[in-house]
Amino acid sequence: MDATFKPQTAKDVEVAVKWAAAEDQPLEIVGQASKRSLGRPVQTAHVLNLSKLSGIDSYEPAELVLTVKAGTPIAEIEKLVDENGQELSFEPMDYGPLLNVDAGQGTVGGVLAANLSGPRRLKAGAARDHILGMEAVSGRGEIFNSGGKVVKNVTGYDLPRALCGAFGTLAVATTVTLKVNPKPETSATFVLSGLGAARGINALCKAMGSSAEVSGAAHLPAGIDGDISRTLLRLEGFETSVDYRFKTLEDLLKSYGPVTRIEEQDSRKLWQTVRDVRPFAGVDNPVWRISVAPTVGPKLVELLEKELKINAFFDWSGGLIWLMCLDGLVNDQHIRAAVDSVGGGHATLVRAVPSIRSSVAVFQPQPAPLAALSKRLKEQFDPKGVLNPGRLVMGV
Amino acid sequence: MTAIAMPAPDPEVLARRQDILKALQAIVPGEGVIHDEREMRAYETDALTAYRQLPLIVVLPETVEQVSKILKYCHQNDVKVVPRGAGTSLSGGALPLEDGVLLSMMKFNRVLDIDYDNRAVVVQPGVTNLGITRAVEHEGFYYAPDPSSQIACSIGGNIAENSGGVHCLKYGLTTNNVLGLEMVLITGEVIRLGGKHLDSEGYDLLALMTGSEGLLGVVTEVTVRILQKPETARALLIGFPSSEDGGRCVADIIAAGIIPGGMEMMDKPAIHAAEDFVHAGYPRDVEALLIVELDGPEKEVDFLIGRVEEIAKANKASHIRISQNEEERMTFWAGRKAAFPAVGRISPDYLCMDGTIPRRELPRVLSRMRELSDKHGLGVANVFHAGDGNLHPLILYDANKPGELDAAEAFGADILRLCVEVGGVLTGEHGVGIEKRDLMTDMFSEEDLKQQQRVKCAFDEKHLLNPGKVFPVLHRCAELGKMHVHKGQLPFPDIPRF
Repeated sequence: MDATFKPQTAKDVEVAVKWAAAEDQPLEIVGQASKRSLGRPVQTAHVLNLSKLSGIDSYEPAELVLTVKAGTPIAEIEKLVDENGQELSFEPMDYGPLLNVDAGQGTVGGVLAANLSGPRRLKAGAARDHILGMEAVSGRGEIFNSGGKVVKNVTGYDLPRALCGAFGTLAVATTVTLKVNPKPETSATFVLSGLGAARGINALCKAMGSSAEVSGAAHLPAGIDGDISRTLLRLEGFETSVDYRFKTLEDLLKSYGPVTRIEEQDSRKLWQTVRDVRPFAGVDNPVWRISVAPTVGPKLVELLEKELKINAFFDWSGGLIWLMCLDGLVNDQHIRAAVDSVGGGHATLVRAVPSIRSSVAVFQPQPAPLAALSKRLKEQFDPKGVLNPGRLVMGV
Repeated sequence: MTAIAMPAPDPEVLARRQDILKALQAIVPGEGVIHDEREMRAYETDALTAYRQLPLIVVLPETVEQVSKILKYCHQNDVKVVPRGAGTSLSGGALPLEDGVLLSMMKFNRVLDIDYDNRAVVVQPGVTNLGITRAVEHEGFYYAPDPSSQIACSIGGNIAENSGGVHCLKYGLTTNNVLGLEMVLITGEVIRLGGKHLDSEGYDLLALMTGSEGLLGVVTEVTVRILQKPETARALLIGFPSSEDGGRCVADIIAAGIIPGGMEMMDKPAIHAAEDFVHAGYPRDVEALLIVELDGPEKEVDFLIGRVEEIAKANKASHIRISQNEEERMTFWAGRKAAFPAVGRISPDYLCMDGTIPRRELPRVLSRMRELSDKHGLGVANVFHAGDGNLHPLILYDANKPGELDAAEAFGADILRLCVEVGGVLTGEHGVGIEKRDLMTDMFSEEDLKQQQRVKCAFDEKHLLNPGKVFPVLHRCAELGKMHVHKGQLPFPDIPRF
């Protein structure tokens, strides 16, 4: 019997997972299923859908702390904190456009399970840097709490952080506590035009190493969201400070050519385009997300352009490369070899049809001792392998 | 030894001491193995000095290969290992075991790579926290987490404890500033996590290792993020007639969208002790003193100083001073930074506690703390990372008076239970170690602790790395792994389906 369970309480989740473990019936864990096509396909008869486990438990703006049920829509959370002059400063990306599903979907549990972030990752950290506490159900079907509801805590192992990015393969989060931050008063984008990737990334790294407190650093080559290349630096904060730091950047980067300024409203739209990888939306070609040391980004793309037909652009000061294969193939061996040749990093196949995602390594393959340790960790949380089996690695 | 008991030493291991010594000497030649009682005394305690224990043997490896061989040997021969950095833990994390090898990482003291373009520095774990900043400050960079022991504490120890500091509300704890690690498992296997790139996928073992208090692996290399120093920093020194006013001022600053680089509060006993010691010009007639430091671009700092001053006035501040130059800013900090030794002057001994509370609970916690002070018959002075709610009550006692250490520990335990009761936690930055080990059950259920210990089982099934720390009861991994399985029909009449 195939079933979709929609638990409304942590206790319901516990019952469902306990049953799954007892009966050896693996579960696919979803929220709104907006990122279902990220990672390897999970093939289970049953689905545990957390979208009904939703709601704000407590929100105390003055404490910078928010506690919510894991199935709460991320859009609802962003709206709530925005109304209080705050934000999730890791700026979680919306995979909807890239994965060809509706924009604006997804739950906070999904954001954490995939450890999503956006351009501000560089300055503010990823989702995992903003989690403070978690109630979750392990694959053993047992509820446990870890972390706390205060912004500074080192009591016990940092399980909440470690469970971020685990794609629901270790435990099912039921309640999460996040750190929120004040929303900047205003923002603007500093733009250099017409630079090649190497020179553009060089400018970004220089700016990141300055005291200008840049909160977004991207390079869009010609053909990506415009006819000429643009090198973008975002400044956020109090208005006097943004203007002052804009001048700092002008002085620092004057040898890189003429500068233009994009004001707040257009700046927001532009960074949303970068964040959600909109230049690669609306088509089906395979897309890779590659994380390397920023300075080697241009070299990596240059290497791959010689061998493959690709489009690529850079976020995170050059360290995050969004790469689309125009030949329709995933080219995983080329891409992994190129990443290794520039000093290593992580390449993840974020868009491909399920048959491909089942047959190639979607995530960066790990050396044997690390893979073995990860497997042992999985067994400690989920000894029967009932939570999202195979989502990260085949057979685990 | 006082109240906190360590696991009983294994006589069988003690009897093998000579064999173990020979094996270690074969791995680390020369002076890298210490077994003379007098020389081992240097390692008998950390900064929780009430507890002392000589280790079985001390070993100071110099290469990753040696670390790997030592751990492999200890794993194969069931010998416990206590890893140690600079030994500045305030929670007893590096307290030796009588039947355990003490593994000092302080010969790993080299800076390996400075990469300004990628804002990353690769160091060995024995490099001090301040040593990283020293290596890059001539280019205007620094490493942000700044525990007060930063001149002495090692970055490897910072990883183990997930160290914080005065600036962590704005710049994060160690865990938010580490990019990569190389570590050795108890089996001797060498594992690399992260690097100069961000957010490696797969399980976030970097997060697990940071703050694991030496229970999961031995760090042999660390990659950290460095930042450009803020253009300028200025501070306000603000006195309040009550801690409620001070607490409200802190909340209002944050509600105004301002995250100060540092925001520290002191209560009256701490203000007086500090002022008597360093004469920083602190007002004596206030109940709470707040130091607010704003850092960043000059224009921004000047603007925010004005905003904070307005907020302070609106919250009944009785004294406000604003630093006009670097010297004055340092004077404001001098008293706070000397608070611990200042308290050391007025009391022969003190215990430094480390709970975190939701900030709104501050007045209630301070008043309950005064009641507890009467109950236990011991004084207490409070310094407080006000921005993030991390309290450092300093309990005053005299170790030479019979029973006072026990009373101080009981007082400390009551304070930490109070922190948990009001929605806080046992430790904000000092770690659990042995000091708060037996209080873990006040914060976590048995199930919570069991799941944490299962993590340990994935790394160190035999419980050989730093046993006796963090967890009050050691469960065998086989026992932790058991599942109570109840097979049966779908028990879901209540769960909406489809």
